[in-house]
Amino acid sequence: MPKVIENVGCPYCGCSCDDVRVTVSDDGKKVLEVENVCAIGTEIFKHGSSDHRIRKPRLRQPDGSMKDITYEEAIEWTAQHLYKAKKPLMYGFGSTNCEGQAAAARVMETAGGMLDNCATICHGPSFLAIFDNGYPTCTLGEVKNRADVIVYWGSNPAHAHPRHMSRYSIFPRGFFTGKGQKKRTVIVVDPRYTDTANVADIHLRVKQGHDYELFDAFRMVVNGHADDLPDVVADVPKEQILEVAEIMANARFGTTFFGMGLTHSDGRNHNIDIAISLTRDLNKVAKWTIMAMRGHYNIAGPGVVWSWTFGFPYCLDLTKKNYAHMNPGETSSVDMAMRDEVDMFINIGTDAGAHFPIPAVQHLKKHPWVTIDPSINMASEISDLHIPVCICGVDVGGVVYRMDNVPIQFRQVIDPQGLLDDETLLNKIADRLDELNAQGA
Amino acid sequence: METVTMTLVQHPELYLECYSVTPDLFAGKSLAEIADLPAHEGKIVWKLGDFFKFDGKSGATAAETRIIVNGDVHKMKRFGQQMTAGEILINSAADMYVGCWMRGGKITVKGNADAFLGIAMEGGEITVEGDATNHVGSAYRGDWRGMSGGLIRVKGKAGNDIGTAMTGGTIIIEGDAFIHVLTHADGGTVIIKGDVEGRVGGQMVKGDAYVLGKILYPLPGFKKVATVEKECDGQTYTFDQYIGDLGERKGKKKGEVIYGNIYLKA
Amino acid sequence: MSELIIKNGYVFDPISGIKGDKADIAIKDGKIVDKVSAKAKSIDANGKTVMAGGVDIHTHVVGPKVNLGREMRPEDKLFRGSVRGGIVKQGKRMEMGFSIPSTWKTGYSYARLGYTYVNEAAMPPLMAPHVHEEIRDTPIIDISAMPVFGNNWFCLEYLKNKEIENNAAYIAWLLKATYGVGIKCVNPGGTEAWAWGENCVNIHDPVPYFDITPAEIIKGLIESNEYLGLPHSLHLHGNNLGNPGNYTDTLDTLKLAEGYKAKNKFGRTQVIHNTHLQFHSYKGNSWGTFGSAAKEVMDYVNKADNITIDLGCVTLDETTTMTADGPFEHHLQSLNHLKWANCDVELETGSGIVPFVYDKDSAVVGIQWATGLELGLYAKDMMRVFITTDHPNAGPFTRYPRIIKWLMSNKARLATLDSMKGKAKVIAATDLASMDRELNLYEIAMMTRAGPARALGMSNMYGSLAAGADANIAIYDLDAKKLPTDPELIEEAFSKTAYTIKEGVIVVQGGEIVAEPPNHTVWTKVTMPENTQVMRDIKEKFTKSYTVNLENYAVFDDHVYRPRAIEVDVA
Ligand code: SF4
Ligand SMILES: [Zn+2]
Repeated sequence: MPKVIENVGCPYCGCSCDDVRVTVSDDGKKVLEVENVCAIGTEIFKHGSSDHRIRKPRLRQPDGSMKDITYEEAIEWTAQHLYKAKKPLMYGFGSTNCEGQAAAARVMETAGGMLDNCATICHGPSFLAIFDNGYPTCTLGEVKNRADVIVYWGSNPAHAHPRHMSRYSIFPRGFFTGKGQKKRTVIVVDPRYTDTANVADIHLRVKQGHDYELFDAFRMVVNGHADDLPDVVADVPKEQILEVAEIMANARFGTTFFGMGLTHSDGRNHNIDIAISLTRDLNKVAKWTIMAMRGHYNIAGPGVVWSWTFGFPYCLDLTKKNYAHMNPGETSSVDMAMRDEVDMFINIGTDAGAHFPIPAVQHLKKHPWVTIDPSINMASEISDLHIPVCICGVDVGGVVYRMDNVPIQFRQVIDPQGLLDDETLLNKIADRLDELNAQGA
Repeated sequence: METVTMTLVQHPELYLECYSVTPDLFAGKSLAEIADLPAHEGKIVWKLGDFFKFDGKSGATAAETRIIVNGDVHKMKRFGQQMTAGEILINSAADMYVGCWMRGGKITVKGNADAFLGIAMEGGEITVEGDATNHVGSAYRGDWRGMSGGLIRVKGKAGNDIGTAMTGGTIIIEGDAFIHVLTHADGGTVIIKGDVEGRVGGQMVKGDAYVLGKILYPLPGFKKVATVEKECDGQTYTFDQYIGDLGERKGKKKGEVIYGNIYLKA
Repeated sequence: MSELIIKNGYVFDPISGIKGDKADIAIKDGKIVDKVSAKAKSIDANGKTVMAGGVDIHTHVVGPKVNLGREMRPEDKLFRGSVRGGIVKQGKRMEMGFSIPSTWKTGYSYARLGYTYVNEAAMPPLMAPHVHEEIRDTPIIDISAMPVFGNNWFCLEYLKNKEIENNAAYIAWLLKATYGVGIKCVNPGGTEAWAWGENCVNIHDPVPYFDITPAEIIKGLIESNEYLGLPHSLHLHGNNLGNPGNYTDTLDTLKLAEGYKAKNKFGRTQVIHNTHLQFHSYKGNSWGTFGSAAKEVMDYVNKADNITIDLGCVTLDETTTMTADGPFEHHLQSLNHLKWANCDVELETGSGIVPFVYDKDSAVVGIQWATGLELGLYAKDMMRVFITTDHPNAGPFTRYPRIIKWLMSNKARLATLDSMKGKAKVIAATDLASMDRELNLYEIAMMTRAGPARALGMSNMYGSLAAGADANIAIYDLDAKKLPTDPELIEEAFSKTAYTIKEGVIVVQGGEIVAEPPNHTVWTKVTMPENTQVMRDIKEKFTKSYTVNLENYAVFDDHVYRPRAIEVDVA
């Protein structure tokens, strides 16, 4: 008899929906059906029980081929190389549960290396802005229950977060928002006419790379300097700025959701920083919150876990062993790879092979490269060692943090069939490093 | 003033952290003791003597100690970290954090200096004869207390984040700068002798920017109030004076609102 | 079986009434016992002070807002001493942060101060799994956490309709769902109002839409608490925190407890614990006329034996304020203009974070500092008055030794007062300069272990050296018969224990971490008949208003680490 498992978390985007229904085979090894989930989420569950899954670690041989080895051998190889490296880097965690991220922190502290997560190439600038200006935010339920004005700025949930608008922001009927979309004003700020802009009441086509100026203009209006506004700011006419500022200032509860359109254009963190300043201004006259559209279902996780562990969310330099240091621009993965500043690389739960600039990959490739990932990807194919692990949310459960930093408890749906989860694997590597350190001391 | 000359004999494989190279730590030590000071390359703790040979002698105090660094040290960071007095002369390019958290004394870099030059500097003087990159005299991440005193002069160009969250002191960039000059500043002066792409004075509470070239994309939050004659790095020019950032909060002094200023050469 | 005996120390144990006499303390299998065999390992405490392990009744050490504070303040980890945090690695993990230490530093630091059990003062229920992840990663010290109820929609609705039984049943359900220990209430109604950008500034200011007053919420929560007979009382952070002249609101709030009597089997006597009273005891009507109302407030507290309080002393440091009082933090950032985080949590609560520099040269700060100490010095029953800094709000908990020094030494207080630029104003606006009371070690033991343990309803386990209690013990290098004349030495002795023992294991020796046994999660397990009405209400709210499914809301059992339940039966 197939079993139905309910309230399953979707291991794909930052919405971290927890209402998926998965039907699995009697033996608990196959996913038969997935409901309530976007296409891409379905793919992940199906992949979990695919016959083509790699189930054994593979080590590159002198002739370039990959040979299956045991987990014990893979753990030994990784620990030895971490021990020898002067400045190893572990990077990734786009698809790892928090238990695994905590174990990774232990590994890199023990190894004396660098530890970083995918935020470094997506929402790292948001962290920098939070450092400098704070983060007036809320949970997604507050938006659902209260928000009457929604701004998507440089973000396009229609593509990147398929159920964001229906579950949390525009369409749901919440406690104080019983009329749903009818009583909400939706504003999209984006140089492109996106599918999200298509459902908006107002679309501001800001000049690419000049969002900062537009924020400054809004702040002038909120702070009583509307008269000094130029006629056009960042391609947006003054009348439209005044109109939107008016809507924002009269909101009962407003939320700005921002995305890579801000983090990936010139000034990066400053675009978010001034967005936060605007949110602060608006709280003098209305109630406003702001939220980063984090990409993956637990990419908020490493920032949370490492903050309680070390006090920093990403770009960690643990080489001093007594204390941690962080300074993106110096300790960020891509910068270090471009400068050829690390001498070992562990790619975990992501694909640096595909996402890093080519010169960065070339530098990293000169040194030992381990990929820890359930799947075959570009990183695994150029690795010296590929260690397959459980897929979080499929073969193993655990805590993940949704884009609003709400912890969601994910469930295991199928039998891992001998695969280790990240936490177990990493703790074994750390145990082995402890032994090596003790011998070396 | 006594001089210690350190000459590179071995390049590091990765990057070396030369936080021990300061007049404060050299003062009163023998050459052997100086050669014994630590330097990190990743997790490996080396001694300065593993990379440099030392000649001369140090003074009794930091103020009486000059350090000359010879050889190509562009893969070495943190020269002059937290130094309070004395001098360092680097005869090549240097990597990040030259003069970081510096409190006094003088540093000269003959080549380029990489990011975080003089961050959170409190006093003293840094001269870079080549280019600088990003975060010249800016604050450490999250700190609202950036550069508060001293002088940084870059003879070439610079990148973004010049004087972020600055509260005092002066930065002079003789070439061009990219974006974000005096962002979040609450005091201090930045002079750009070349052109700036944009975002001068964004979220600035207080402070003075002088631009002798052009600002390609001026911020809407600055408005022109006057044309004035002003001295700038020893020369007098006619400037258009802009006040702002009108989007940012403003303080008051004796009942009058205090603005940040941009002086743009007329 | 492991046995330990601590010999010849000066023992201070208010629970068993030992007031500094020389005595031996015997330990077997992690518990205090009457005697041990001759084979027991012995610790010589001759010339030293022996107390039960410290108990912190109100601290913010684990959970989402604490952690956002860590995340948003990299500069809190900047140079302090020769390395960051000033501490070289001594335990298994590195120690980071000053005002908001990492979880490892938190556990190690408390242990070095001789504390072995702390109570996290605010757990947003929706975020409970986060709190428990951090408890897992905090070494040595036992931790409990109080879910917040004062702005929770269920409570607002039940209490508006005076449905105490239903409210109590919901509370019992939520304590289980979050593995929480008791009822916390922060700015009742005010944080819900803040979700619309408003506040409730006094106890009669109605909550928008819900049409209930803070006074009704507080009384309803007291009644629910006593209906259940929980180990701890209602733990209250009242309205109008931090503002000049707020002491009248504080007195109005405290008076709500009149006529209520504690009903429980745990030896607890109070019905309200009013936390960080310092922030609620101000006179004046502006920052210019700001002053201390410690005397007025303590005159009331001294008489009302169904109230306990903690001080919330200002330590004169750069720190990080953080509270579920969202509107207060918004107000604070408008005063100091520093970075500001806020997080409103659906249906439940909110929070805010702002760094703050308690500059001792500011007269207002000096007055706050004096107010906190005055509260302690005006107190009559030290079993009802506890030392805290509302960590990290008024300063980090690592400064407790300094608070103890100030309370024990008039000389130390005057020296600090003398160093303030606004000294004259502080003297004019407070009584501190004229108060020469110096607390003794027995009183300190009441304020830091016996008292808080009793108020939490746990004095059979914590804060006690009586047989049967957990063998949690602090031994300080302090000769109780010859206290040093230099007050700095008092601070030093309380900063690093000679020994800290946690459940019979020596965890600190000579101020250094030597072992890190696993800690416990302390929580309250209420057994009562199922309330179908409440279960229906819960289902409905999850279907309609929450964004997390009910089945994923309660913390999974395997996400709670080494739980230790306090059992309560409600017939
Ligand atoms: S919105 Fe995201 S998390 Fe939700 S089901 Fe779709 S892909 Fe999964
Ligand atoms: Zn508190």
